[in-house]
Amino acid sequence: MKDIIAKKVKDMQPSGIRLFFDLVLGMDDVISLGVGEPDFVTPWQIREAGITSLEEGYTSYTSNKGLYKLRMAISRYLKSNYGVEYSPDDEILITVGVSEAVDLALRALLNPGDKVIVPQPSYVSYGPVTELAGGTAVYIDTSRSGFKLTPADLDRHIDSRVKALILNYPSNPTGVTYTRKELEALKKIVLKHNILCITDEVYGDLTFDFEHVPFPSLSGTKEHTLYLNGFSKNYAMTGWRVGFACGPKEIIAAMTKIHQYTIMCVSITGQMAAAEALHIGRKPVDEMKREYRRRRELICDGLSELGFTFFKPQGAFYIYPSIKSTGMHCLDFARGLLEQQKVAVIPGTAFGERFTDRLRMCYALSYEDLKEALRRMKLYLENKR
Amino acid sequence: MDEILEILEKDARVTPEDIGRMLKKKPAEIKKTVAKYEKDGVILKYKAVINRELIKDTNSQVRALIEVNITPQKDLGFDKIAERVYSFPEVASCYLISGTYDLLLIVEGKDLHSVAKFVAEKLSPMEHVKGVVTHFMLKKYKEDGVILKQKEENKRIAISY
Repeated sequence: MKDIIAKKVKDMQPSGIRLFFDLVLGMDDVISLGVGEPDFVTPWQIREAGITSLEEGYTSYTSNKGLYKLRMAISRYLKSNYGVEYSPDDEILITVGVSEAVDLALRALLNPGDKVIVPQPSYVSYGPVTELAGGTAVYIDTSRSGFKLTPADLDRHIDSRVKALILNYPSNPTGVTYTRKELEALKKIVLKHNILCITDEVYGDLTFDFEHVPFPSLSGTKEHTLYLNGFSKNYAMTGWRVGFACGPKEIIAAMTKIHQYTIMCVSITGQMAAAEALHIGRKPVDEMKREYRRRRELICDGLSELGFTFFKPQGAFYIYPSIKSTGMHCLDFARGLLEQQKVAVIPGTAFGERFTDRLRMCYALSYEDLKEALRRMKLYLENKR
Repeated sequence: MDEILEILEKDARVTPEDIGRMLKKKPAEIKKTVAKYEKDGVILKYKAVINRELIKDTNSQVRALIEVNITPQKDLGFDKIAERVYSFPEVASCYLISGTYDLLLIVEGKDLHSVAKFVAEKLSPMEHVKGVVTHFMLKKYKEDGVILKQKEENKRIAISY
């Protein structure tokens, strides 16, 4: 069959990186800094709740919006931790991770030709999913402002076709996050232009140096915010696939319409386990966070000693160093590092084509592996000289 | 708990240099703090957690949990008799506990007979010891927070966003 695949899908994946990934997956004994998830297993109490739910026969569909007890627990969690109020009845939707929530949001919002602002470097899905939904992604390069979107840059890029801004903080791939003051300044622009802020805060609980500030906790933003979060990163539950979206009734209702036809509902086992996670509270999250913070210091020190420059991450478990000093393209660097030293990193261009001198490294690794990876990178650089 | 202790409790081999890196402190400062913990007896010793199930040599050991009922001594309570009990090298651990008996011991020996002999000849005849119940351990699943099984395989895929 000729041209069986839709053009917009054909155009989606930057091909160079796919080849690199195939190379990694075919090799053994690789120390991988190329992962996008915690190295911890989901805490036992949470796994046990999932197992128990199966034993008790919870194997059916749930309501499209998700289990009421989970929506209720999310509502309480947001209120008690951040003072943000969302009604479990019609302002919260349980999704298959934040990924589905991003997809639903963009499909629910965009008409052909609508634009979405995506500060770059950005998580890989925002641009392609915007395009799939018929919209156009407007990328803003943030590398001159510490990988943070500035109010002036945002203001300058908004025209009458811009419907939404996607924020993600702490950020994947940079680990950079925003202070309250910076968010207040961005808020002014969002309100001034009457656009929606889709805020992906899946790493919010993993903020190291100060308290995380959810966008909808800023006064006057609730009607202009779609807040996305989940259980994957904070509770180390990536494989369970449970996330959620909170926002104005009208938007949640529109997203639920698509969700009911495409997904129906999130797996009940995952939802039961997620409810238990919130029941346990922050203790396991804080323990893992302290561990990530210690590893951050290890990798920052190690990379500095190797002569890399970077903006110090303040959350999540990624760092996005520059390899400009080597004069190499990130794809060549990553391929060489993998082939010669068996260390996998993600080429920076995965998060924006212009970032040819960047790499994303995930430091959710044991101290031993982290130190060994740094040692091998040192060898790699020495052999290059 | 101090983060230095949190780190060392998980892995006692992390160097002061690395701890210093992780906590943004000078190695000398970490060494000083650790030395103080050692001096104050907060850190008692450093040891390896060994999975004896995997050692196939002839020096394997048996362990028993032993409940001991004792008569407390006037003015001295349980401490004096506990000291006499735990001073035996066979006693690996000794706890005073609430409930139907008083001391809980973990006793080690090279075989069943040597433990039985210790109980019969040393422990039971002791003054103030009213009775003992011996439970031989059959299998160890978890010890001091460590689950005793072969190293787990890596379940994460090497590349993900």
